[in-house]
Amino acid sequence: MNFSIVKRTLGWLLLFEGIFFLVPLLTAVIYWEEEFFSFLITILLCGGLGGLCLIKKPKNSNIYAKEGFVIVALSWIVLSLFGALPFFFSGAISSYTNALFETVSGFTTTGASILSGNQIESMAKSLLIWRSFTHWVGGMGVLVLIMAFLPLSGGRNMHIMKAESPGPSVGKLVPKVRQTALILYTIYFGLTVAEFILLLCGGMSAFDALNTAFATAGTGGFGIKGDSIASYNNYLQIVITVFMLLFSLNFNSYYLIGKGRLKEAFNAEIRVFLVIVVSAISLITLNLCLADYGYSVGGAIKHASFAVSSIISTTGFATEDFALWPAFSQTILVALIFIGACAGSTGGGMKVSRHMILVKGGMHEVGRLIHPKQVKKITIDKRVVEHEVVRSVNAYLVAFVVVFVLSFLLISIDGKDFTTSFTSVATTLNNVGPGLGGVGPSGNFAIYSDFSKFVFMFDMLAGRLEIFPMLVLFAPSTWRR
Amino acid sequence: MKIIIVGCGRVGQTLTEKLNADGNDITVIDVSSEKVNTLTSRFDVLGVVGNGATHAVQREAGIDSADLLIAVTNSDELNLLCCLVAKKEGNCQTIARVKNPEYSQETAYLQNELGLAMVINPEYAAAEEIARVLRFPSAIKIEPFGKGKVELVKFRLSPDGLLAGLSVKEMMMKFRPDILVCSVERGEEAYIPNGDFVFQGKDVVSIIATPKNANDFFIKIKYKGHSIKDAIVVGGGVITHYLCEILERSNISLKVIEKDFKTCEEISAKWGKTIVINGNASDQELLLEEGLSTTDAFVALAHHDEENVLLSLFAKEAGVKKLVTKINRTDYDRVINRLDLDTVVCPKNVVSGEILRYVRATKNSQGSNMETLYTIIENKVEAAEFIVKDGSPIIGTPLSQLKFKKNVLVASIVRNGKVMIPRGQDFIQAGDAVIVITKGLPLENIADVLER
Repeated sequence: MNFSIVKRTLGWLLLFEGIFFLVPLLTAVIYWEEEFFSFLITILLCGGLGGLCLIKKPKNSNIYAKEGFVIVALSWIVLSLFGALPFFFSGAISSYTNALFETVSGFTTTGASILSGNQIESMAKSLLIWRSFTHWVGGMGVLVLIMAFLPLSGGRNMHIMKAESPGPSVGKLVPKVRQTALILYTIYFGLTVAEFILLLCGGMSAFDALNTAFATAGTGGFGIKGDSIASYNNYLQIVITVFMLLFSLNFNSYYLIGKGRLKEAFNAEIRVFLVIVVSAISLITLNLCLADYGYSVGGAIKHASFAVSSIISTTGFATEDFALWPAFSQTILVALIFIGACAGSTGGGMKVSRHMILVKGGMHEVGRLIHPKQVKKITIDKRVVEHEVVRSVNAYLVAFVVVFVLSFLLISIDGKDFTTSFTSVATTLNNVGPGLGGVGPSGNFAIYSDFSKFVFMFDMLAGRLEIFPMLVLFAPSTWRR
Repeated sequence: MKIIIVGCGRVGQTLTEKLNADGNDITVIDVSSEKVNTLTSRFDVLGVVGNGATHAVQREAGIDSADLLIAVTNSDELNLLCCLVAKKEGNCQTIARVKNPEYSQETAYLQNELGLAMVINPEYAAAEEIARVLRFPSAIKIEPFGKGKVELVKFRLSPDGLLAGLSVKEMMMKFRPDILVCSVERGEEAYIPNGDFVFQGKDVVSIIATPKNANDFFIKIKYKGHSIKDAIVVGGGVITHYLCEILERSNISLKVIEKDFKTCEEISAKWGKTIVINGNASDQELLLEEGLSTTDAFVALAHHDEENVLLSLFAKEAGVKKLVTKINRTDYDRVINRLDLDTVVCPKNVVSGEILRYVRATKNSQGSNMETLYTIIENKVEAAEFIVKDGSPIIGTPLSQLKFKKNVLVASIVRNGKVMIPRGQDFIQAGDAVIVITKGLPLENIADVLER
C-alpha cells in the first residue's frame, strides 16, 4: 500500500472541495446571509489540511489497482465528512450525523433527505445551493474532475477512473485519461447549462433553475421545495423529465454523436433502456387510467413519465406521491429502482448493461441444460463480452445482494414496516432517494435511528462506487505495506 | 501526435512505452484482449481489441484523425495490409514491420509503391548492428550520427589500459585526439564528464568522432584494436541469415552452428562462403573442436536469451576477445549489464529506436526544431540533434561564454557538411546542425539548454 500517494490525492481533494465551497460562499454574499462564516471556516479548514497533505512529495507515485480503490473510497468519505460541516456549523441541521447523512446523500446523488418539507423551505439559500451542488459534483465523480486538471500519476490513473466511474467495463474516449475526463466534464457542463437555460425560459427563477439543474444533472433529486417538483408548471416538469432521461444515458454516446458515429452511439444498452422506459410508462399510465385515480389521460401520461424517468434515472424527484398509487404501478417503480440507468451516466443503480449480461448469461445456462456441450459466448452489439467482465458482473450481483440483506437486517432493528424498510435499503443502495411507505415522496429518513442512518450512508457510498471500493476498505490485506 | 500501434508483442510494447513517455496519444490494437488489457492498465493509452487490418477496427481506433500507424504484428502480410487499409481510410503515415527476407529485399518497392513511410525489420537492423561492431571490434556499440558524418562509439576501458586513472584534461593533453567524450557509465551511474573527470578501469565511455578520428584515437591509446577475420555464429535464424548477407563481401568469414539439419542446408545453399556446422552449440566439445579458443569473435544468436548468455560466458572463459549476445527480453538488463558481456544486441530496442527517431523528427516539423534524438544510456543520457534557426539566443556567442544548464554538452557542430568538435572559442551560426548531449533534461528547442 502506497500511503504517501493516497495522502497526496486526499490533499488535492480537500483543496478542490475548498474551491467547490466558493459556490455557496458567493451565494451567501449575494443574498447577504450569515452562513457566509460557516462556509468560510470550512474553506479554511479544507485549504489548511489539504495544504498540509501536499507539502511532502511522495517518492513513488505509482497507483496500482489497490491504491485506486482505496483512494476512491477514502476520497468520497473525506469529501462527505467535510461537506457536512457547513450544515452543522450554521446550525441548520443540529446533529452532525444528520448533516453527514444529508451530505452523503448529496454527493452520492441519492437525494434521500432527513429534512421535512418545511425545514427545506426555511433553509438559507447558500445551504440549499450547496446541497444541490453536491449532486453536481458527485454525479460525474470528483476524482474524474481532479484528473481533468491535474496529472495525478504517470499512466496508472485508469485505476482511479475505473473505480469511480459506473458500469461493468470502463473505457476511455481518447487515449489520455486526462483528455477523456475533460471531454466528459465538458458534455456534463454543457447539458447542465442547456437545462438551466430551458428552465429559465419556462419562468423559473434563476436560483430555482440553478438548483434544479444541478440536482437533475447529477441525477440526485434534492428539491428546494417541500413538494419537490409538483408546484412547477407543466412545461418545467416536461423539461425536467427529458433531462433526467438524458443524464441517465451513457455519456460516451454524446461524444460519439458529436463525432457523427450515430450507429455506435445508439448501442444495445441505450436501446434496451429506452424500451424499458417506454413500456414502464405505458403500463403505469394504463394502470392509473383503469384504476380511476382521477387523472385525465394526459395527466396520467405526464405523471407516469415523470415518475418512471425519476426512478430509472435514480434522480428521485416527484410530482405526485406515488406511494399512494395502485400496487401494480408501485411494483413497477420498485423494479425500476433495481434496474437503474445506463453505464457511464451520472445515474446509479445496477445499470442496464449489467442486467443484460446477467439475463443473457442466465439464458445460456438454460440452453446448456438442453444441450450440455453447447458452447456460447455472451455478446452485446455483436461484441463478445469478455469472461472477466461476466465474472465481475456476477460477483457484483452477489456482493449487492449480500450488502442488501445485511443492511436490511440491521435497519429492521428500528422496527419499521416491511415496505418502508425494504424500499429504504433499495432506494439508498441504488441512489434513488425516495422509497415507498414512510420514506415515500412525502416522507423522509428522519424517522430512523442514528445507527440506521450510518448503515444507509454506507449503502449510499457503496451504491455510488459500485460496492467493491467500499468492501476493499474492509479487507485486511489492503492495509499491509 | 496521434499514433496507432497494431500488434502488442515485444516490439509493440516497447514502442508503446517509449512513445507514451514522449507524450503522444496512443491507441493500441491487438486480437488478444489480454495483451491489450496489460498495456492499457500499465500505460495511459487506449486499447482496441480486434483485427487491426479491418477498417471497422481501424475506424474505432480513430484512424481518421491519426497521424501515424505502426503495424508490428507477427505477420508481414498482415502488417502490410494494415498499412494499405490505413492509407485508404485515413490520411496518415504508415510504418510496417517486415521481417521475411524475401520481402525485405523489396523494401524500396514497398516504400515507394505502397506509400509506406518506413519499413522496419528488427532482425535486419540487429544484423547491421552486429556487422558494425564486428568490423570495428573495439566498440561495444556504434551509432551513425549526423547523417553518417560522425559516429557515436561506445567502448569499455580495460583496467590496465592507458586511460585508466587519467582525467579528461590529461587525456586530451597526452594524446591530442580529435574526439569528444560525451558520457561515461560507471555501474548504475551515468556521467557527462567535464575536464576534471577521472577515468577508471571498466568505465563504459561514449565518444563522438568521425570514423577516421575514432580509429586514430584507438590506435593512440593502444586499445585492443585487433581486426576480426573469423567469427563463430550460434543459431541459424533470420538474423544469422542477414548477417551472412551483410558480411558476404567483407573479409570476415563466418562459421554457423545450427541444430536443425534442414536450416543448415538452406544456409549453405544460399551463402556458399559460410561454413555451416550441423550440431548442438551447447556441446562444449563441438565448440572447442570448431576452434572456439582461436576464433576472433563469438556471436550468440540462439533462440533463448538464457542460452545466449551462457554460451557467451563460456566463450569468454575460453578466451574469445569479441562477444556479441542477442537478448530479446530487456527485463533483466541490469543483471546482464553486470556480466560484462561486451556487445549486447536487442532487436526490439534497435527498431523501436529507429521508429522513435522518425516520430520525433516528424513531430519537429510541427514545432520544435529537434532533428533526431538518440538514447546513449537507457533512460539517462540522450543525444539530440538540432538545426539552429535564425534568431536563436545561442547564435554568435562563443560557447565558453554561454550559460549552459547542468549536464549539457555541445558535442559537435556540422556546418556546410563539415564536422567540428567544438572548443570553447567556437560559436554556433544559423543553419548549423548541432548535437547536444544531455542527462535527464527534456529538450524541445535548442534554447532549452541555456540557463534562463
